[in-house]
Amino acid sequence: MSNNNITKDTPGLRGLSDKSLAWLFITPTIILLLAINIFPLIWTIYLSFTDYRSNQPGREIEWVGLENYRDVLTSPDVWGYMQTTASFVISTMLIQVAIGFALAMFINKNFKGNSLLTTIILIPMMLSPAVVGTFWTYLYQPQTGVFSYIIDFFADVGPLDMIGSVDLAPWAIVIVDTWMWTPYIMLLCLAGLRSIPEYLYEAAEIDRANALQKFWYITLPRILPFLMLAVLFRGIENFKMFDMVVSLTSGGPGSITELASINLKREAFENWKTGYSSAFATILFVTVFGLGSIYVKALNKVKS
Amino acid sequence: MIRSAKMLKVGESSGLSKWIAGIIVTFYALVTVMPLLWIVATSFKSPPDSISYPPQIVFEPTLEGYVNLFTERSRQTDEYIEKLGPPETWYEEIVRERNMVVTGPSRFAGRYWNSIFIGFGSTFLAVVLGTMAAYGFSRFKVPLKDDLLFFILSTRMMPPIAVAIPIYLMYRELGLSDTALGMIILYTAVNVSLAVWLLKGFVDEIPREYEDAALIDGYSRFQAFIKVVLPQMKAGIAATAIFCLIFAWNEYAFALLLTSGNAQTAPPFIPAIIGEGGLDWPAVSAGTTLFLLPIVIVTVVLRNQLLRGITFGAVRK
Amino acid sequence: MRKVIKNSVLMTSILAIGLAGCSESADGGADASDITVCWAAWDPASALTELSKEFTAESGVEVNFELVPWTNFADRMLNELNSRGQLCDIMIGDSQWIGSGATYGHYVQLNEFFDAEGISMGDFLPTAVDAYSAWPKGTDNYYALPAMGDALGWVYRKDWFERPEIKEAFKAETGRELTVPTTQTELAEVAKFFQGREIDGKTVYGAAMYSERGSEGITMGVTGAMYPWGVTFEKNKGKYDLDGAVNSPAAVEALNFYKDMFKATTPPGHTNAYMVENLDAYKSGQVAMQQNWFAFFPGIVKDEAVGGDTSGFFANPGQNIEASVLGGQGMSVVAYSEKQDAALQYMKWFAKPEVQAKWWELGGYSVHNAVVQADDFAESTPFAGEFSKAMSSVQDFWQEPTYAELMQASQKRFHDFVVADKGTAQEALDQLKDDWTKILAADGKIEE
Repeated sequence: MSNNNITKDTPGLRGLSDKSLAWLFITPTIILLLAINIFPLIWTIYLSFTDYRSNQPGREIEWVGLENYRDVLTSPDVWGYMQTTASFVISTMLIQVAIGFALAMFINKNFKGNSLLTTIILIPMMLSPAVVGTFWTYLYQPQTGVFSYIIDFFADVGPLDMIGSVDLAPWAIVIVDTWMWTPYIMLLCLAGLRSIPEYLYEAAEIDRANALQKFWYITLPRILPFLMLAVLFRGIENFKMFDMVVSLTSGGPGSITELASINLKREAFENWKTGYSSAFATILFVTVFGLGSIYVKALNKVKS
Repeated sequence: MIRSAKMLKVGESSGLSKWIAGIIVTFYALVTVMPLLWIVATSFKSPPDSISYPPQIVFEPTLEGYVNLFTERSRQTDEYIEKLGPPETWYEEIVRERNMVVTGPSRFAGRYWNSIFIGFGSTFLAVVLGTMAAYGFSRFKVPLKDDLLFFILSTRMMPPIAVAIPIYLMYRELGLSDTALGMIILYTAVNVSLAVWLLKGFVDEIPREYEDAALIDGYSRFQAFIKVVLPQMKAGIAATAIFCLIFAWNEYAFALLLTSGNAQTAPPFIPAIIGEGGLDWPAVSAGTTLFLLPIVIVTVVLRNQLLRGITFGAVRK
Repeated sequence: MRKVIKNSVLMTSILAIGLAGCSESADGGADASDITVCWAAWDPASALTELSKEFTAESGVEVNFELVPWTNFADRMLNELNSRGQLCDIMIGDSQWIGSGATYGHYVQLNEFFDAEGISMGDFLPTAVDAYSAWPKGTDNYYALPAMGDALGWVYRKDWFERPEIKEAFKAETGRELTVPTTQTELAEVAKFFQGREIDGKTVYGAAMYSERGSEGITMGVTGAMYPWGVTFEKNKGKYDLDGAVNSPAAVEALNFYKDMFKATTPPGHTNAYMVENLDAYKSGQVAMQQNWFAFFPGIVKDEAVGGDTSGFFANPGQNIEASVLGGQGMSVVAYSEKQDAALQYMKWFAKPEVQAKWWELGGYSVHNAVVQADDFAESTPFAGEFSKAMSSVQDFWQEPTYAELMQASQKRFHDFVVADKGTAQEALDQLKDDWTKILAADGKIEE
């Protein structure tokens, strides 16, 4: 469309007030979100108070009050899944922050070729988690898998049953998640490092601060908000984790790697306990939201 | 990369520390890329080679994995195969060596096409809607603006399975289950929140003076948006589009639960490629390679936009 | 303003039409000259694909197949039925689905059709009719045609069992001859004997056993031990009185037995294995025996590496009683299909005795009397006799409408105990009893 076209052919647009344009622009998005996010959310909350089962047509839906919530919260199995989820989130965050931060410091040295290397490091986080999980099952094969072979080659521990062993399976999912997502933490740290103005270091130089002091008093405080943000986003994502773990271990062995989302899928789409799983889903959502809000408060404190 | 590198002089201490950093990062990059290379290599192995012990680094490359990925085959007796006469195509020749015959094309191509169609369709819609909404939020007084923006973002905190429960019921009633349209609407809705959020940042960065000048020149607001703002948003739109596309391309949970024979995308299909008597690892690897390749190319080619999007989207909040 | 709205309406409608057009074309259209059969992706499905070409030649109706790997089969297809999807016109659904298929209206009731077409259930093995077609059990309400008989069996390396040096070693170790196991105890003994043995310069393992977590694998394996121990899920059939049955001392013994044998005889990393993993382990020469469905045995006979005389077959060995686990599927018409007529036509063709005979010949397990009661049936293949034996004493998992839930519970409890070493057998079974009681109570089958 050329300039002339607009001015000549669409006189109507001239009369379009800012207000109506604003609504015209915003409403479609809001309607879509209402239809696909908010309405379903309200429906979920409603269902969570019923005994509805989506595989039983014609069944009368009975209002059961808080029964589903009671069932979820008093189930020892559910607490087990929550613990599994918590330790997955915490261990991945700790490891990824450590590696990602160190990596960012190294990349920040600006050696030759670091742009290319950074790009390579980024690749895993762009990939489909479900497909990644699938091919790692192949790398993890105890006899024929290359992962086990390499570990055995260097450490001589025999074939490692990463997915089948009770002790190793939790590490199997942590390793893959670390492989995929450390670059994300690294990137945000890098952004933080690069936002530190040079004069701060120059001033420190004049004050004869040593490297450790510079790191402690300048780098760390400046980078912390970035790091915490990265942890916030990754933490939420890992709390919701489903696809990678389900295709890697499908929650096994036993229920060792059964994260909350995986169990939710079983209850909702294999057992078809819609009411119960709606309550479970609501609890999960409130948990993420609550923890997220607390964390954001802490983050704001750090920022100021 | 993100900011100009000149600011970092202090960090650039001695040549030696650069060397050490370079070696460490190179090592990490190698470790990162190895699983990917292994998958690509496996896609060119024969099925027996793919499960040999110890794992083979040197092997005779074959296209069997790719042939298996795209065909359905069945095992036949020697007599049956002899009756058929010589194979007519190169891929039949590969299949015949395993005493099999090609019975038809597999569903991979269809699933791949679904991924492309649903991915691009939803990305297009999300970016269009997101651009409009971002502009609206950035430039106009919208009642409850902050609440709305927060609400838009918070929709991403829901676990996908939790969202899928009501969507499943809704789509079942509306007849949208297992349709490309249903998946496009769903992915658009999920992506639009990210799109609004990212794009609003980009619009905020564009000085209002440009539009004001255009308005004085006799442009309407809408024209000013089209002629002045949009061109300046190009980079931002590109970055946003990449993120939306990557999400839709990689999404698994919704696709697993809401699609089946018609609209299924590649991610739920690839783990289910089985061969005779087990997962056919070369075929799975071939599917994985073909599926991941576009994303790897996008990552490498558009890395600057991507980086901008990632850090920008996160840091702005 | 008007123009803008007009433009945007125009744009949206173009988009909508485009999308609708695409989704339409993806549907493949409602062409009555083709039907889709949904089944698991395994050898018998290839046989059925082959067989169905004759139907197409006869009727002009194309038969498409939607074949799903076993570990996703129940999950995906039950989802498909619950979504009221129109993908499948014919569902070859697992025996346990009959309860939900009938109760929730996924399957079309076939009595009228059978009567009209002169298809008699009396022409099929009674156990098969009861297992695959009738709901509620014991009535003559039919929702499926018995399509594929199947039971749990074992495959063993006949060539290894016949080697003199191996036979000698076995005798020295156990004091008895190395023969095909006739009891579960013998089975474990033989498997343990082979575990870690050097054969042809390779370390081999005892047995490939089911241990899969996601769908039904480990439950099928464990019940393969429980039924021979005489375990039933209910004290009185149909009364849902679980306590003292599913967690009886015999059940504890059987579960412990399965775990011991599993830990002592499977290859490393065999911790999430079902049909294909067992096949893989066996065909690659890693194990002396594998637990698997009879459905795979025709494929094993034809196999390059372990086919011919290399392999032998036996039905699941008894212990206190003779018992095997039921597999197999019935063929149902999906209630949401728009091509039910063509689907019924296909079913009518499939029920013909001559088609059933061809079905058996191609590697499918017909349960038509004309096939299985034929004089030469037992000799027709190396496994036919064992198949008849297994089918005569099969037991099935729950076929309740809530079967999927009941299965989920047993999968978790068995896997937690057998593979992940959690708790004791008694605890696992007590928990399972509680889980099942809750599920059946919620379904109104028991008063809590």
